[in-house]
Amino acid sequence: MAQADEPAGNRRDFLYVATAATGAVAAGAATWPLIDQMNPSADVQALSSIEVDISDVQLGTQIVVKWLGKPVFIRRRTQPEIDAARDVDLSELPDNDSRNANLPGDASDANRVLDDTGEWLVMLGVCTHLGCVPLGDGAGEFGGWFCPCHGSHYDTSGRIRKGPAPQNLPIPTAAFIDENTLRLG
Amino acid sequence: MTARETRPMPRGQLMPRIPGRRAAFGPILALATCLGGGALAAGGAGHIEDFAFSFEGPFGSFDEHQLQRGLQIYTEVCSACHGLRQVPFRTLGDAGGPHLAVEQVKAYALQFEIFDRELDDFRPARPSDKFPESPIEDAPDLSLMAKARAGFSGPYGLGINQFLKGTGGPEYIASILTGYTGKEKEEFGAFLYENTAYPGGWISMAPPLEDGIVEFRDGHANDVHHLAEDVAAFLMWTAEPKLAARKQAGFVAVALLVVLAALLYLTNKKLWAPIKHRRT
Amino acid sequence: MAGIPHDPYVPNTRIEKWLHARLPIGGLIHASLTIPTPKNLNWMWIWGIVLTFCLVLQIVTGIVLVMHYTPHASMAFDSVEHIMRNVNAGWAFRYIHANGASLFFIAVYAHMFRSLYYGSYKPPREITWIIGMLIYLAMMATAFMGYVLPWGQMSFWGATVITGLFGAIPGVGPIIQEWLLGGPAVDNATLTRFFSLHYLLPFVIAGLVIVHIWAFHTTGNNNPTGIEVRRESKEIARKDTVPFWPFYVIKDLFALVFILVIFAVFVGFMPNFLGHPDNYIEANPLSTPDHIVPEWYFLPFYAILRAITFDVLFLEAKFLGVLMMFGSMVVLALAPWLDTSAVRSGRYRPSFKWWFWLLVLDFLVLMWCGSQKPEGLVPTISLIGTIYWFLYFLIILPLLGVLEKPDPRPATIESDFDAHHPPETSPEAAE
Repeated sequence: MAQADEPAGNRRDFLYVATAATGAVAAGAATWPLIDQMNPSADVQALSSIEVDISDVQLGTQIVVKWLGKPVFIRRRTQPEIDAARDVDLSELPDNDSRNANLPGDASDANRVLDDTGEWLVMLGVCTHLGCVPLGDGAGEFGGWFCPCHGSHYDTSGRIRKGPAPQNLPIPTAAFIDENTLRLG
Repeated sequence: MTARETRPMPRGQLMPRIPGRRAAFGPILALATCLGGGALAAGGAGHIEDFAFSFEGPFGSFDEHQLQRGLQIYTEVCSACHGLRQVPFRTLGDAGGPHLAVEQVKAYALQFEIFDRELDDFRPARPSDKFPESPIEDAPDLSLMAKARAGFSGPYGLGINQFLKGTGGPEYIASILTGYTGKEKEEFGAFLYENTAYPGGWISMAPPLEDGIVEFRDGHANDVHHLAEDVAAFLMWTAEPKLAARKQAGFVAVALLVVLAALLYLTNKKLWAPIKHRRT
Repeated sequence: MAGIPHDPYVPNTRIEKWLHARLPIGGLIHASLTIPTPKNLNWMWIWGIVLTFCLVLQIVTGIVLVMHYTPHASMAFDSVEHIMRNVNAGWAFRYIHANGASLFFIAVYAHMFRSLYYGSYKPPREITWIIGMLIYLAMMATAFMGYVLPWGQMSFWGATVITGLFGAIPGVGPIIQEWLLGGPAVDNATLTRFFSLHYLLPFVIAGLVIVHIWAFHTTGNNNPTGIEVRRESKEIARKDTVPFWPFYVIKDLFALVFILVIFAVFVGFMPNFLGHPDNYIEANPLSTPDHIVPEWYFLPFYAILRAITFDVLFLEAKFLGVLMMFGSMVVLALAPWLDTSAVRSGRYRPSFKWWFWLLVLDFLVLMWCGSQKPEGLVPTISLIGTIYWFLYFLIILPLLGVLEKPDPRPATIESDFDAHHPPETSPEAAE
């Protein structure tokens, strides 16, 4: 009797475990789309990379474009601005990190710009303190940007020099497609 | 629903026959849903040809070459009057759709000008933009046309034809495009064209296709019948771009649920065995 | 919980005792899971689980859809297309939600006709029945308002026609209609309030479902014999019942998964079969579709609405239709007091069976009538169908109880069960 019952018992246990496991798989398979649907949708993802026409940007001016819901400063710097940025002792900087998605390293101006001449500076225009948009066109004590919210001063390379902001203005993933077109993202 | 067999009555038991045990509700519910589908029956008495599209049936999928031809026909013919305002250009690059290369999508979009609300001006379209709306007010948008029309109906409003052949939206479109007889008439200052597929027989759209109106680079057949079929397939894609993903998910779901149902059936049987098969 | 005698909940571990002294939720779960359930329930007793599943499914997919939908007359249609094209698996949520409504109604109709056949509405289960009717009404309201949200042609014109019903009430009708719509016609104000209520009502339904379950857990389930579980003692009750867990949980889950296979076939391979093509055309107040039809689950009542084509005395045909439609649901709700038979289950009522199946047929015929244009024979058939609906509840049910001679019934649930599953003589016992 007992011997005859045992295999049956095992088979039943296996059946119960298999049923519960399959049920769990089905429930899990149904759960993933519930989570995934909150991820960025295809139309939002399509805007994660944009192309900007920069042919109209004159020396010494900047344009602001909206990318991923945030302002991006694209500045074409003059030679004096470049010189001012390169003439800084790195030890004077509160944040000695390039904060550059394309070129990690120290915060030297060469690590912050997009081209070899140093003309093109592209940054997220979001103050690293509390997220205000800094004023540009030579604002602040260092001739770069100045955040009006709590008085953070950035230099002509977008590095924090004075005020409560902890970090340099971040540089997003960006690259030239051709001499007139810049791709963000 | 499983109707359990009525077991033979043990003798000497005071029991009537048990017809009510059988759950005869099942087939009736199935019929009820068919009846519901019968509501689809859209009035028209036009003749709809049952085209054999590649995307029909549980295993069917879009033919990307056909969709590319359809896109070309849409661009060269339909887009003169009609729009596709729900369709983003970028989806032309989707696998399972027309599957154009990234550069082709970009170049295709540049042919169109769209209004940018931020610029408050027109600019060349980008892949992230959608096709423009219909430039002519009376021409309906074609994005969803293949789902907004029913080619098949009945019989007697029972929905059996839709069940077997599908709703027939793309068939309706292709039949309209091939259904012109060449006759036309003027009514209240508007021209009407006789069409064997159109409900009522007279349509205000002039025959858009003619043999050879579009030339394909690969020299594919370009008579009206082939053109109509290709552009109808393309419009089915614009209406239901996720068809491939849907069928794939459907297969996974059905397979998983069938296995689970089988296991639950066995579990249930095992569980009830000591209750139903008591030994004395 | 009152009801059939069974083992009470005994908290064992320290955590259980701690919780039980503060919130007896363990006892509630225990009582709900171990509740003695008649052991002879057939496959028509699975719909409750299917319905509960549908409610959860619709709420979950609905919450997802709301995250991406825009309730505005100028954006609603496009936002549904955004869900279908851009949102990750958005098409799946949308098709599941749309077809889920159909599954919900298939299940509710099966559940209701099951109750009508086996007399589940009869004393002492009238409250369960009435709560069930309220759930059904709330479901219809929810489904109707949900159908308006995609803002297609059928959404718009369906809303116009159905709210027009209220306008048919003599005197105050137009005022009520304008109040419902928030304007002279269906427009953005209508859409946004329907959206709000479509989101609210499912939670009202969930509350009603809890009361519904509470009520029948108190009276105990009906069963195919209509004979009550014996309650003299735990031991005797045990002869008629098995605990809900695991016996009916597993059985119901099997049935649910089996039904979901069919559901998955619909969603995966023919998601628009039960829909109407016109709803893929954006709402246009200037152009009425050729033929306005509601979703399939409203068709029988839509047929009753249109069945009256003539004025009676001072009442207009239109208003009479509205009265008939609501009346058809009222007589359904009054079934517990209209049915005079002492025998609960239709299984032992030889003539009742015929009238019952005629009612099912009548329901299907009315459904067909509702889907057709009111031409030719359709209005006549609708009228006959409507008359039978009222005849069944108002005349046949009360009279049958008096006139009919019922078949003999088994003495207990146990004897019915034994008749179907006779004890087997094991070889050991025979020796």
